[in-house]
Amino acid sequence: MNEGRKEIFQLVFVLVGFIFLVKLFFIQVIDDRYAELADSNSVLRQIEYPFRGLIKDRHGKLIVYNTPEYDLEVIVKDIKNLDSAKFCSVFQITREELRKKFKELKAKKKEYSPVKPMLFIDQLSNEDFAKLQDRMDEFPGFLIQARTTRAYTTNALANALGYVSEISKEELKRDASKTYKQGDYIGQSGIEAFYEEQLRGKRGLRFKLRDVKGIEKGSFKNGEYDTLSVPGQDLISSIDLDLQMYGEKLMKGKAGSIVCIEPATGEILSLVSGPSYDPNLLTGKNYSSNFKLISTDSMKPLFNRPLMAQYRPGSIFKIVQAMTALQEGVITPDTRIRCDRSIIDCHGPHSFEDLRGAITNSCNPYFHNVLRRMLNQGKANDPFKDTRIGLATWDKHINSFGFGKRLGIDLPNEKDGLIPTPEYYDRAYNNKPWKFSNIYSIAIGEGENLVVPLQMANFVSTVANRGFYYTPHLIKAIGKEGVPLPQFKERHYTTIDSSYFRVAVDAMQRVVEAGTGRNAWLPDVIVCGKTGTVQNEPLPSHSVFIAFAPRDNPKIAVSVYVENAGQGAMAAAMIASLMIEKYLFGNTRRPYVEDFVMAGKFQF
Amino acid sequence: MRKDYDISGSIDWTTVMIYLALVVLGWANVYASVYDGSANQSIFDLSLSSGRQLLFIVASLVIAMAITIVDMRFYETFAYVLYGILMFALLLVPIIGKEVGGNKSWIGIGSFGLQPSEFAKFVTALAVGKYIGSVGFRMDNLRNQLMLFVIIGVPMGLICLQRDFGTALVFASFILVFFREGMSPFLILTGLSAAAIFVLTLLVPNPIYLYIGIGVILIGLILYGRKKLKRIVALTAGALILVGVIKSVDYVVTHVLPRHHQQRLKALINPDSDPLGYGWNVTQSKIAIGSGGFIGKGFLNGTQTKFDFVPEQSTDFIFCTIGEEHGWIGSLVVISLFVGLLLRILFLAERQKNRFARAYGYGVACIFFFHFAVNIGMTVGLFPVIGIPLPFFSYGGSALWAFTILLFILLKLDAHRGQVLQRI
Repeated sequence: MNEGRKEIFQLVFVLVGFIFLVKLFFIQVIDDRYAELADSNSVLRQIEYPFRGLIKDRHGKLIVYNTPEYDLEVIVKDIKNLDSAKFCSVFQITREELRKKFKELKAKKKEYSPVKPMLFIDQLSNEDFAKLQDRMDEFPGFLIQARTTRAYTTNALANALGYVSEISKEELKRDASKTYKQGDYIGQSGIEAFYEEQLRGKRGLRFKLRDVKGIEKGSFKNGEYDTLSVPGQDLISSIDLDLQMYGEKLMKGKAGSIVCIEPATGEILSLVSGPSYDPNLLTGKNYSSNFKLISTDSMKPLFNRPLMAQYRPGSIFKIVQAMTALQEGVITPDTRIRCDRSIIDCHGPHSFEDLRGAITNSCNPYFHNVLRRMLNQGKANDPFKDTRIGLATWDKHINSFGFGKRLGIDLPNEKDGLIPTPEYYDRAYNNKPWKFSNIYSIAIGEGENLVVPLQMANFVSTVANRGFYYTPHLIKAIGKEGVPLPQFKERHYTTIDSSYFRVAVDAMQRVVEAGTGRNAWLPDVIVCGKTGTVQNEPLPSHSVFIAFAPRDNPKIAVSVYVENAGQGAMAAAMIASLMIEKYLFGNTRRPYVEDFVMAGKFQF
Repeated sequence: MRKDYDISGSIDWTTVMIYLALVVLGWANVYASVYDGSANQSIFDLSLSSGRQLLFIVASLVIAMAITIVDMRFYETFAYVLYGILMFALLLVPIIGKEVGGNKSWIGIGSFGLQPSEFAKFVTALAVGKYIGSVGFRMDNLRNQLMLFVIIGVPMGLICLQRDFGTALVFASFILVFFREGMSPFLILTGLSAAAIFVLTLLVPNPIYLYIGIGVILIGLILYGRKKLKRIVALTAGALILVGVIKSVDYVVTHVLPRHHQQRLKALINPDSDPLGYGWNVTQSKIAIGSGGFIGKGFLNGTQTKFDFVPEQSTDFIFCTIGEEHGWIGSLVVISLFVGLLLRILFLAERQKNRFARAYGYGVACIFFFHFAVNIGMTVGLFPVIGIPLPFFSYGGSALWAFTILLFILLKLDAHRGQVLQRI
């Protein structure tokens, strides 16, 4: 009767053990889910935000640094017995705000996770943090995350520096390398955007163990998986902060720009855009409210004029014309042309100048004639065709100075400017024929030409170098290696012989000593310059001046463009001379000029 | 008589070795489950469970020695007396006992407490053995059967009074002993199908589907077999009884069972429905074991158990520590040891020369089996959470001593099985 029952017992015992082992094999070996769940239970990922790289000026003065900022984060799963009344009073928010915060959190849907830290209140102030630190244990599930925000030692240079703000959803989507996470900060414009990769550093990650109450229990696997945050690389800017601040002081209340370049290196000494704003407004807690104000300002302080404002260059373009014509052999320095004012008006008492004299007096008919010789060289019988060929040659020379296309400065949003090509005029004249008499106003920098102030500065820097330039740049050294980006080490030669530049330099010296640019004259140094007055009917003309100094072994090249300030001989020439003086001598010795410029009344 | 004092030659050392292995592994895992890396505590630290467990282990070795020294006839002779004393103690527990963790099952002696319910297991095994081994006992005698159920029913009832239903359920495992001693399998089969229907009732949200299923099976059976009226009536009656069982199960689950038992049952069916509430234990236990992987995280490197994610990690959920720190390989070792022990006990029981010893042996096997199956079953999510310890592993003096006594009385009886033959 009881036969076989012993075997049933044996079978059942072995079977149960076997079932257990199979079940265990499933949950331990096959299913990875449990390991992940265990980690989310007990391993807390703490992100260590790196320090963003600092930015210093050429003399090592700090411009941009970091200050701590604290966010309140929440791990929803860990919230226990939240005393909302106490919470509201400690964090100084209303009950409605608290309710709204939780609603917003849940509304994030995809990004929402009850086990990950989520941003709850951003940018607690420093004082808040000190107060809150001791009370955090009353609110399990909430934690304070420290990060840094940008701060500036100066209220200048805003447009060149740019700003940093939280990464937007679109940017996150575009970030294919998955470098960024929601809530990360990213450079939005200026140097901050251009050198984002160098500045941002690398996030560190610490894995901490915690028990069921959320209390930390040391590092996970002795920190085997921890990564230290790597601070961003510091940048040494070529900017001379004193000169920059001085330039901004001079430009106060004016629209326009000042660009100073060290010719021998292409390093930008100052990049003034007027009007500007205080970069400190676009950091920290008040970013969004201030950004709205600044971006809707009718004076467009976010518009970075040195790179983005495309102007007609005016008479400063006569220097380029002169050298192009010399290179093509259509004139010599001694070519005299009668100042025939029937087609284009002129100014000043002169009648029959050679090239140097024409530049000194900024003679319009002279350069009208030069361009005619340049464009109509008789290479084709048909005058239309001849002009085409001439213009193409002219373009080649002009473009070699960096006009007509982006120079490639280390800032975003640079504009091309415009140097008209034959194709451009075809389009403009609807493919009807055109010839010199249709387009002659480009001879004196009016007409279709457009350049940005940076290109003007680069041009005068090229003249100062007698024929070559380095791409203008703002960062002269990156990180420990201390070198700029490789493209800034490369010389760009123009298509003009170096010898012809001597003619231009002579003429520019005479402009300052005896010509239209006498307001730019300085004692103890030979300044070479050229004025420009760009017509802007019916509004007052724009005042333009380019200059470099000293004549031999130049240290600084300047372009100044002041909108609606009348003659280049006044506002722009004075500002340029003050900038040169400030840079070369450390101070200015002509308070009356300074006062005049600051007063800003250039129109009589 | 002198031979009684020296049985080292005849005691079953295989069992003793497995026993020692389990006890030592248990001790190490109790330490691992409460270990706090930052506190730098020793396994011997008496403020830790592991330190105290070592004392319990030493005490249980002394108890084991004592058991082998006592005259083997003592256990059969005084089976009923011991049973009576323990039942009396169980009766006292609800009155003078102290409450620990919702269950009033402890009798305190100073700061030290004992759980009479643990010791009730071995005396019941002795009593059942003695009754089955008594002269004139016949398993097919209804009176005798009834008496057996009384013997296991009394401790069950008394322990239920302490609201310790898990331990009470252990005594149901004696039914397996009765089966081995000749009881019809009908009872076990009925019990199993009742359990199956019970689980089905819980699994299927609306009992209407079960009724439909029963109806379909009923019609199928009627159409398939001989269409005799008697058979049809019998089948229909059976179906109606099933419907009644389902209805009552539904009622019992929703109205009679205390809330935390309802929740444990629900957690078994679907632990994800409320992982932070009543599903917490099972969910966390599975997470701990599952995160161990194939070879585990290493001794003292578990995170889930020692950081209190798993509740009662040194007692009822001690298996989580093994699963987490030693992975599937560790689980394999422990489960193999247990299955080995169970098979060895069966072997010992089968080689006994009298019914008392054999029935007692099966009692030991069934109690161990029940603990082993239910405890590990609950930690891996195959069983509802029933709070009973894993023999030799779980922290606690009473359970360890009771299991030790249970096992070593069998070893003592086994060592003298030759004498029994002479005596008869």
